[in-house]
Amino acid sequence: MDLHADNLSVTLANRHVISDIGFKIKPGVLVGVLGPNGAGKSTLMRALNGQLSVKGDIRFGEHDLAVIGPAARARLVAYLPQQRTIGWRLTVRDLVALGRLPWRAFGQRASARDEAAIERAMEMADIASLSPRIATELSGGEQARVLMARAIAQETPLLIADEPASGLDAAHQIMLMRSLKGLAAEGKTVLVSLHDLTLAARWCDEVMLLNEGNLAALGSPETVLSDENLARIYGVTAHRAQDGNGLIIAPVGLTETAPTS
Amino acid sequence: MKLCMSLILLVFVLFVVSLLVGPAELRVEDSIAGLFAGGSEAAAIIMREIRLPRALLGLAIGMSLGLSGAVLQGFLRNPLAEPGVIGVSSMAALGAVLVFYSGLAGSSLYALPAGALIGALLAILVLLAIAARQGSTLTLILAGVALSSLAGALTALVLNLSPNPFASYEIIFWLLGSLKDRSMEHVALALPLMAAGWFLIALSARAIDALSLGEEAASSLGISMSLTRFLIVAGVALCVGAATAVTGTIGFIGLVIPHLIRPLTNRMPSSLLLPAGLGGAALLLAADIAARIVLPAGELNVGVLTALIGAPFFLWLVVRARREML
Repeated sequence: MDLHADNLSVTLANRHVISDIGFKIKPGVLVGVLGPNGAGKSTLMRALNGQLSVKGDIRFGEHDLAVIGPAARARLVAYLPQQRTIGWRLTVRDLVALGRLPWRAFGQRASARDEAAIERAMEMADIASLSPRIATELSGGEQARVLMARAIAQETPLLIADEPASGLDAAHQIMLMRSLKGLAAEGKTVLVSLHDLTLAARWCDEVMLLNEGNLAALGSPETVLSDENLARIYGVTAHRAQDGNGLIIAPVGLTETAPTS
Repeated sequence: MKLCMSLILLVFVLFVVSLLVGPAELRVEDSIAGLFAGGSEAAAIIMREIRLPRALLGLAIGMSLGLSGAVLQGFLRNPLAEPGVIGVSSMAALGAVLVFYSGLAGSSLYALPAGALIGALLAILVLLAIAARQGSTLTLILAGVALSSLAGALTALVLNLSPNPFASYEIIFWLLGSLKDRSMEHVALALPLMAAGWFLIALSARAIDALSLGEEAASSLGISMSLTRFLIVAGVALCVGAATAVTGTIGFIGLVIPHLIRPLTNRMPSSLLLPAGLGGAALLLAADIAARIVLPAGELNVGVLTALIGAPFFLWLVVRARREML
């Protein structure tokens, strides 16, 4: 199913946070959502998940995500908020199992399919060994992986993750991107906001670059993350290299027109 | 499951003990005969019209308070939440106090409960009006705190203006909370309302589980926040309004019980609901039995007893096991 946004605008407290964005994303694509702080990445992701009232169209296949009910939406879209909340001293497994709520009727026990989804999500987030641990006692990076697994366990055709890589060590950042790539390869649409340019360049099929609520560019990482765009939007100069697995972009300095705010 | 079975057994035992304790010195066999059939007329009256309604109310109100505390803590992700927090208890008490003050209390058995219920309903309507416009749970807590203080101030005002010392004494005594001298009419009045409240609370079970992950994640898991807010606010208001209507204010059960029971569960908010309800019933029955035994002549108000035991216990709980609070 294509993810299709048209004339999408979001206004929060009388400020245009997203202005008239339009894009189309095909299934099976891992999309990195990039942009400086305050560019509107989180707002866009919340809007796509129906958390905000929006102007314009958001369609996923034949579904209108702007008006769909929460129960039906939860079977189409999984969303990992940037804010990491774990309310009680729950075990890792119980937390991941919450991802199966949309698929279970009231009072129904977890089915074999639920169990399999939970196990698989924990494998993908590399937390299977943490299964019986109390989640609130884990490190920040471990908690991030637990919450990512919760979203993966939801097994929806569209996955939206807001900064899932922040706080992760180098190995787990790579594992995360590999898992997301794997989900995309299964035909899911995956949107992930990132700050690490190299992670985005090496793993994402497409990159969406936001700037002050506008869609500055959408396309392959090579074209979108050009020196010109990095200078204009991030205000940085970057060292670029290429190895067998793709692009490496290391920001090394500020341009003269660097944003001061 | 094992936990629930043990709690059901405990509640049953305390219920029976509650039936057997009282100032009238009935023998056990007379009590049983009086309850069912064949006993002396005095025993029948004592059992059916004094002790049975008291035990039934202890059970149902304890259940309501325990459930309300558990569901509010889950909903607000706040281990300090309890029915008093959203202002329903104090508004219900204010409604009842106004009935006392106006002198309507003597006119009908239903006047006092009706006042408390109207107070509780008013509290819900205000909370829903505020919460529906301004979606966050923080708004709900703050509105509840404001409502609580307002109701407290108005109650104090009524006491201040009350025409004679006897009226103030009556009001204060009622505010302390007691299960004494309640009739089957009280049971018939409060039980259906509380049962409706239990039902609404039970319907929110999935939502409070999902809310462990925060409001945005819960919403992405298919939870309608507005529906959940309605279920919980209305459910708690029915429970607490009906309870306050017939017994006055009984505090701390909604706060302490979820803390006591939570470590015995997997800590998933929904799996706390039923055990917390049963635990609340057991605690109130036990406190009401104790209130009759400790001071047989004067009889302690059970609301005083729960507060006297509950508050220090809660403090101890906080100090001893801060991590266990969650």
